[in-house]
Amino acid sequence: MEFRTQVTVVPRVNGDPVRTTVSPRTTLLDWLREHRGLTGIKKGCNEGACGACTVLVDGLRMNGCLTLVAQCDGREITTVEGLSPPDGSLHPVQRAFAEHDAFQCGYCTPGQLLSAVGCIAEGHAGDEGTVREWMSGNICRCSAYPQITAAVLAAGEGERR
Amino acid sequence: MTTTHRPIDQRVEAPLKLTGAARYAADHAPEGVLHAVLVGAPVAAGRLTGVDTADGRATPGVTAVLTAADLPSFGTLTAPAAVLTMPFSDDVIRYEGQPVAIVLAESVAAAEAGRAAVVVHCDAAEPAVLGAGAREPAPGVEEFVLGDVDRALAEADLRLDLTYVQPPRHHHAMETSGTVARWDGDRLTVWDSVQAGGTVVGVLAGAFGIDEQDVRVICPHTGGGFGSKGFIWPHEILAAAAARIAGRPVSLHLRRSDQFTAVGYQPWISQTIRLAASADGTLQGIEHTVVNNTALADDFVEPAAIASTAMYAVPAIRTRQFVERVSLNLPTPMRAPVEGPGMWALESAMNELADAVGVDPLDLRLANHADVCPSDGRPWSGKGLREAYEEGARRYGWRDRHSRPGTDGPWRIGHGMATCSMGSFRFPGHARVRLRADGSVAVEAGVHDIGSGVQTALTQIVADELGVDPAVVDVYWGDTDLPRTGPTYGSSTTVGTGSAVAAAARDVGKQLAALGVDVDPAEALARAGVDALVGEGDFTVRNGFDMDGASTPWAMRTWGAIFVEVGVDPDFGLLRLRRAVGVYSAGRIVNPTTARAQMTGGIIFGWGKATMEESDQEPVHGRWLAKNLSNVAVPVNADIPADLDVSFVDEYDEHAGLIGAKGIGELGATGVDAAVAAAVHDAVGVRVRDLPILPWKVFEGVSSCDTAPDGR
Repeated sequence: MEFRTQVTVVPRVNGDPVRTTVSPRTTLLDWLREHRGLTGIKKGCNEGACGACTVLVDGLRMNGCLTLVAQCDGREITTVEGLSPPDGSLHPVQRAFAEHDAFQCGYCTPGQLLSAVGCIAEGHAGDEGTVREWMSGNICRCSAYPQITAAVLAAGEGERR
Repeated sequence: MTTTHRPIDQRVEAPLKLTGAARYAADHAPEGVLHAVLVGAPVAAGRLTGVDTADGRATPGVTAVLTAADLPSFGTLTAPAAVLTMPFSDDVIRYEGQPVAIVLAESVAAAEAGRAAVVVHCDAAEPAVLGAGAREPAPGVEEFVLGDVDRALAEADLRLDLTYVQPPRHHHAMETSGTVARWDGDRLTVWDSVQAGGTVVGVLAGAFGIDEQDVRVICPHTGGGFGSKGFIWPHEILAAAAARIAGRPVSLHLRRSDQFTAVGYQPWISQTIRLAASADGTLQGIEHTVVNNTALADDFVEPAAIASTAMYAVPAIRTRQFVERVSLNLPTPMRAPVEGPGMWALESAMNELADAVGVDPLDLRLANHADVCPSDGRPWSGKGLREAYEEGARRYGWRDRHSRPGTDGPWRIGHGMATCSMGSFRFPGHARVRLRADGSVAVEAGVHDIGSGVQTALTQIVADELGVDPAVVDVYWGDTDLPRTGPTYGSSTTVGTGSAVAAAARDVGKQLAALGVDVDPAEALARAGVDALVGEGDFTVRNGFDMDGASTPWAMRTWGAIFVEVGVDPDFGLLRLRRAVGVYSAGRIVNPTTARAQMTGGIIFGWGKATMEESDQEPVHGRWLAKNLSNVAVPVNADIPADLDVSFVDEYDEHAGLIGAKGIGELGATGVDAAVAAAVHDAVGVRVRDLPILPWKVFEGVSSCDTAPDGR
């Protein structure tokens, strides 16, 4: 097995293909922040315990700190910057978070939003207990949990309608 | 011309925070920025004998590895610098993780790789561990004495002598602390994650021997603080020093593991409460003794005993504070400080007294209600505690709690309650309000956005004062180039900055009145031919800081009552929060949406403290046992039911500030632990006096009961 010092991959970031040559150890989190200037993704623990770096990879929620850029060739990466449509309006999940006051300091919020999109898409937004369980990979230390649960339920309801 | 608009129901900064546009300290990357990582001492005690930097410097991407020899000697530090004994100032290792080198690199990954290659040599010594450190009277704290406690205890019908312990716990703000520093000649700009940027200026200026006017602190958003970003910590100074040495901007965003030692935590606290009471539960005396750990070289006192000087009508009170020095970094205030720990002990003891007397814990509190401040007889500036008790009991269904089913499947259901209270910290501040010719309004206040909703509250205040639509109000905050306000800690922001902003708005109102109040503001400006009216406002308190109304004729506090329903599985010792009711008396509530979020967050913080949170000092090596979020429990969504019922007593405190409000940020986190412990006892008859109430403690308690407890 050959260890290469650099790999070249072409992930799609918020719809746009990006050709990049990186160290095989570069995480999606550091790459998005330092190389792409997308600072919506946050570093909270860098070991998959807090969820602040949650992004969607091909629609599935992933921790950016535990995902290597080398794994993302050809994959669609969605960050919070790509969540709202180009017309500047808010995504339904963003609207639900505003309406239900589902954030305080805002640091975990990008991760919560993307996790909520994934949670709803997985079909885990039907009732309070399920939402609480499936949103538990994202810590909110300000502790807006009841409001987050309400927002995810409302956005999930809207989606099913 | 006061028109009260509907309260703003969506935070004004929502679009920024929901789109990723809100930028936190480490999101700033000035051109040429280097990334810094601290290298910490590998042992908790001993002497540093050398740092081998060769392999670190040879790591690709690393530009420098700084050690003590590279750093300047800093000017004398004074509070509000947290740590006065700067790392690197001698070769004594006082705690594991104490910075001994700084790696600078072109990327975060390179800095971390360089860190791993630095070799630290030291002569290790025996660390001082919790419970075995040297104890001494708390520096700077005098014993409080009222009446004759010894006599009260000797003559009382009932005496309780109980000790309550809580472990060290870290704040765990989701954003670790971080500082991005850039020098332009002798001018220093820092993008810093802080709760009081105005105080950072003086400390940095003093450390580097430069003028305060040459330091600018920018902090548009703080990703949670809870006290950890209140004082100024060494990494803020080190980031600026590294930038000066490197000749390039430096970003020092603490790794999660470094956050455990580079900033503070709530200390280990042991409290002994002695209560003297007559047979009907009337309190005759309280003695409250507190010991908290501090660091070897620096002092931190957790003044938890204050709670007992202000809570109940009692003729004899004595408080004492001690510290114990151990090989850990310095503790600091944490939501909730002072009464946070103090009420855990006092309210737990009151619940135990109620059981000993055989009265409802709510009735015991009503019987001992303090109509004036017990320590000095001053009237309260505002106190709706009786109303909070009554409304809370009504909403919870407290009086008939035991007529409802006591089990739910495997769960035994317990009910507990406690009083909540916080003192009132008030800081002076200045703010500016600008009414522009187009009718829009700008609020300028160097306050911080830490998630409490300050921009929303200030918008609301100005809209109410000037009678304008909140939509035309813009708030500018988070920059020391703006008018200096007080800090964003001690639940002081809305009352202090809010009052300054209200004063500035009233100044604008006066100027408008001079132009003619009967017309639209924009029209009045146009007619007068001026571009803008600028109002300046001050909130002043005597001596630059006021605690609990000390400089006024009024005793100032906030109040509340918390009721919790807890499920306990006696076979496994598991606990579940089923619902909670909190009713609070805290003056005028400026914005109900953000206030509710604050109280909800406080209750959840309290649940975490009561049942989960603990940072252990490893008993042999003296370091923090776990320095991550994987092995330290904090509440997650699954732990928290949606049924947290928060409400407020309708009131207006005309003495605390200019807007009727008092602080609420920490109030909700008080009393919850005592209520939870009482609920556990109610459910399974087990009394846990050392937090957190972990399953094994409940399980062992249940197992050791001779007869099946009914908890009633």
